[in-house]
Amino acid sequence: MSDALDGGSIHMVDGVLLVGIHEDVTDTDIMGLQDRLADRVASERAQGVVIDISALEIVDTFVGRVIAQLANIARLLDAQTFLVGMRPAVAMTLVELGMHLPETRTALSLTHAMERLRSNSG
Amino acid sequence: MIREEGKLVERISLRSDRDVARARRVVTQAMDKLGARALGRTRFVTAVSEIARNAVVHGQGGDISVFSHDRSKQVSVICEDGGPGIEDIDTALQDGFTTGRGLGRGLGGAQRLCDVFEIESTPDTGVTIRMAVNI
Repeated sequence: MSDALDGGSIHMVDGVLLVGIHEDVTDTDIMGLQDRLADRVASERAQGVVIDISALEIVDTFVGRVIAQLANIARLLDAQTFLVGMRPAVAMTLVELGMHLPETRTALSLTHAMERLRSNSG
Repeated sequence: MIREEGKLVERISLRSDRDVARARRVVTQAMDKLGARALGRTRFVTAVSEIARNAVVHGQGGDISVFSHDRSKQVSVICEDGGPGIEDIDTALQDGFTTGRGLGRGLGGAQRLCDVFEIESTPDTGVTIRMAVNI
């Protein structure tokens, strides 16, 4: 099952929820995405969550905080979470903002994240 | 410093988070026209996003004007809100300071991401922030 609303899309693939955040997401939309993801992690017993932010050209303090919360919520619901696709310019800007994304594991690509989820569950 | 008079690209009324997204798009396009690179664009648009959101969340809305300075290759914005102003600007610019539920990194962070950052605040007229980036 998949859904795609304004904030982003969520697809279930082999027990892993793939979350794609849309370009230029608004604050309201990303909060909606957070609710939808929490529901689906619980109802579909996802083992893992991969949040793809490669479409995002900017991550400001609000979006950064919501992404950190997404990862924390998934972890509390017993799903391992990876953040993938961060652009170099976004990483450098987050450092300048003094933003940390605690408890958020990052992987360079979707393939890396899936490999790590598989090796941990096997 | 801002080296020449800019021409107005667009003035956006800031009422909701959709207007903040609109401000990000307009600034992105103005920078693209002058040939900005990815890092410079991401840094400045992030700063604009912080400031525009502050105006909506803390400043009871406002407006933001985007200017293109074609000869000196700069993009600038002026953001004015209609809120109560900031009591102590120096404190507000420090990381970790917040009056709300935020992280308190927005204002000081935005300042670090710009080449020009000027802030004025009075209780009567709210907060006015002028920011610019060299391309």
